[in-house]
Amino acid sequence: MRHFDSRVALGVAIIGGICVLWLLATGILIWSSLDETGQDAVAATLMPSLELLIFMWAISLTAVGFALRWLVAYFMTAPARLAEDAQVLLRTDVKRQLKPTGSIENRRLTDLFNQLVQQRETLRDDMDTLVQEAASNTELEKNRLAALMSELSKSVVVCNLDGRILLYNNRARRQFQRLSESPKVAAGAELIGLGRSIYGVFDRKLLTHAQENIQHRIEQGVASPSTKFVTTTQSGQLLRVQMAPVRAAQMENKIPTQMTGFVLLTENITHEFEALSHQEHVLNTLTERSRAAIANMQAALDVLEYPDLEPAMHENLLSVLREETQGLGERIHELKATTVNGFMSHWSLENMQGADLVEAAINRINALKGITATKSSIDTSVWLKVESFTLLEAIIYLAELLQHEYGVNKVQFRLGMTEAHGQLDLCWTPQNNDKGITLNCEKDSIRLGGEESSLTIQDVVERHNGAFWFEHDAESNQALFRFLIPLAKPQEQLDASALTDKESRPEFYDFDLFKASEQTRSLEDRKLIELSYTVFDTETTGLDPAGGDEIIQIGAIRIVNGKLLQQESFEQLVDPQRTIPAVSIPIHGIKPEMVKGQPVIKEVLPAFHAFVGDTVLVAHNAAFDMRCLQVKEALTGVVFDQPVLDTLLLSAVAHPNQESHGLDTIAERLNVDIHGRHTALGDAMATAEVFLHLINLLAEQGIHTMGQAREAAEKTYYARLKY
Amino acid sequence: MSKTVLIADDEKNILISLEYLMKREGYNVMVAHDGQEAVDAIFREHPDLVLLDVMMPKKTGLDVCQEVRANSNFKEMIIIMLTAKGRDTDIAKGMAMGANDYVIKPFSTRELAEKVRNMLGEA
Repeated sequence: MRHFDSRVALGVAIIGGICVLWLLATGILIWSSLDETGQDAVAATLMPSLELLIFMWAISLTAVGFALRWLVAYFMTAPARLAEDAQVLLRTDVKRQLKPTGSIENRRLTDLFNQLVQQRETLRDDMDTLVQEAASNTELEKNRLAALMSELSKSVVVCNLDGRILLYNNRARRQFQRLSESPKVAAGAELIGLGRSIYGVFDRKLLTHAQENIQHRIEQGVASPSTKFVTTTQSGQLLRVQMAPVRAAQMENKIPTQMTGFVLLTENITHEFEALSHQEHVLNTLTERSRAAIANMQAALDVLEYPDLEPAMHENLLSVLREETQGLGERIHELKATTVNGFMSHWSLENMQGADLVEAAINRINALKGITATKSSIDTSVWLKVESFTLLEAIIYLAELLQHEYGVNKVQFRLGMTEAHGQLDLCWTPQNNDKGITLNCEKDSIRLGGEESSLTIQDVVERHNGAFWFEHDAESNQALFRFLIPLAKPQEQLDASALTDKESRPEFYDFDLFKASEQTRSLEDRKLIELSYTVFDTETTGLDPAGGDEIIQIGAIRIVNGKLLQQESFEQLVDPQRTIPAVSIPIHGIKPEMVKGQPVIKEVLPAFHAFVGDTVLVAHNAAFDMRCLQVKEALTGVVFDQPVLDTLLLSAVAHPNQESHGLDTIAERLNVDIHGRHTALGDAMATAEVFLHLINLLAEQGIHTMGQAREAAEKTYYARLKY
Repeated sequence: MSKTVLIADDEKNILISLEYLMKREGYNVMVAHDGQEAVDAIFREHPDLVLLDVMMPKKTGLDVCQEVRANSNFKEMIIIMLTAKGRDTDIAKGMAMGANDYVIKPFSTRELAEKVRNMLGEA
């Protein structure tokens, strides 16, 4: 149906009005120029045909209307329709040709539009093909990487610069579970997981130091700028770690110097180390004791050669020989029994330019308050074989000792070398030229990463197969600590050709994983979809945690980057050390015999706290579950101060008009299947699914950030009800 | 007047031979069986030369050396370290602590005797 066009009506009305006005004005003029007879004659002529006149006026106006309508359609409606059609094409994916209408100009314009649409479609198809190819390549690379990772006998963890784990293999998972401080609770699942911080396992300063080392080497153009170190974990295990950089994407054949993350290859060498330490000890003792024995024998033999030896002395020396020969035989027997198969250096020493070590030490000391470090004579050709983290910590410890105990505020580094050793001196001028000054600090425990450790300076020196001592020259009043450290062969430097070779840079690092993190933004401003969550549920003996009801099961699952990580769950039964009321058993299905022998809450909560880490806690009716955790704070010393979101409150925000916000009802409303309802892990999984749906529903209401979600939740009716 | 040599070692089996040898060389010989005995004997008797074992109970030879050298009256006294530890870092440390020479076990007693003679300026 063709619409009535008001512009045509307006045009007709104006033309009609003008005609009437013209007729009236002309009539009045003629009328006033006539005499009375003339006027009577005109009146007599026109009056009878007045109706005809009006009729003809209306006919003319209708004709004008049709003409106007055609003109409007031809010159104005056609371009307007073309504009509307073009907008539809612009905003949608509709593929159609526009029908040329209206003026010649308009038809030409329509043709042009059609050509542009055609061009767009061709481009879009090309793009789709390219995207599909790229996606299948990426998928192939991911599969290759996954296969490679699972085949590797070393454990591999890939992290971004914030230390967030982005990738790990199965071996790493198994190894980290063994490192757990509570391996019996939930199978030690709290240490490794996507998005978790690697600093839960390794000391942050240690990794930062290793990163700085690598960055420094990259800038110097070293071919393979990875670094190695050995470290003890919080649970006392010894790990040998190799860190390799993940670099930024290569641009225009320039070698990227920016790290975007790092790969850690780790090996647990606790047992290897214990065995090697024992072997080393046996060998060292044997060598020293044998040397002493042979010395005794040789000295005795030398004396026996004197012809004028008294008989008593002769007998004496013979018994020395007998005793020592027997002792030596026993020692060799002992050596065989210990089955020493090889003797190797177990500490992972890396090659490092001595000047770099000094530079790092100066930077660290200058960061301390009240003491400054400089260098006086540094031999830059010295390359050392060092375990730089512990050695630096030892040096820093000494500098702090000098400052705190002896008021030293200035130290100097010297670096030289002997035939086989680098000689690193930490020098200072003692305030009181006390002639008897001696400093015996070899047995002092040094701190590692700001924490006490059992490692002494002597241990560090022995790791290096080196020596350490204090010297004081009373005449010049100069004091120094000297480290003798084995020399390394200078590294092949500036062999950057290996980097430009395409083969050496596998392309499967092109994941989205290394994007700079959003850690700097406050939690309140961060988008719900990009946060990491631990969704959890507790089963209890009853509903009154303050009145003596206890947790009997905790289940939790993680959400990272909007994905539910089915593999990274926490499920643990807890011995409540009280009876489980019979009425509650049908609800949770946990019978007293099931919790017998399970860990108690004091053991479970620290592990659960570690599992949660710095994620956001999510629970359905979180007030109850949080209350259960809070009443145990005094007992366990574990405080759950992570931010909390409640799916019950969020559901009330999303659907304010619904009567029920029970987990079953919401799940049904959102079409979420619940498997294992009323087991802690089953409920946690259902809650997590519900939560992921709720994030989308909240976004439709303009609630995108953590802050907005909390604010909205606080305003709901349910939030005002205290548990 | 004949010179005094102190032999400090906890191995009685080497003390027998070394004591005999040094006496035969014509020195006054004293023996010490641990580090503390050695320090006491040095400060009391001021020997001309000390044969000092490194690994001794109570005080190591290195400790003895450092303690004695800190006293300016004992700067000139000759100290020869005897040790079963053969690493060059150990030797460097011994020399830094103020030893005049360092002999690694096992050693030829004749060479040791010659070394003692040389160092006491009697060659």
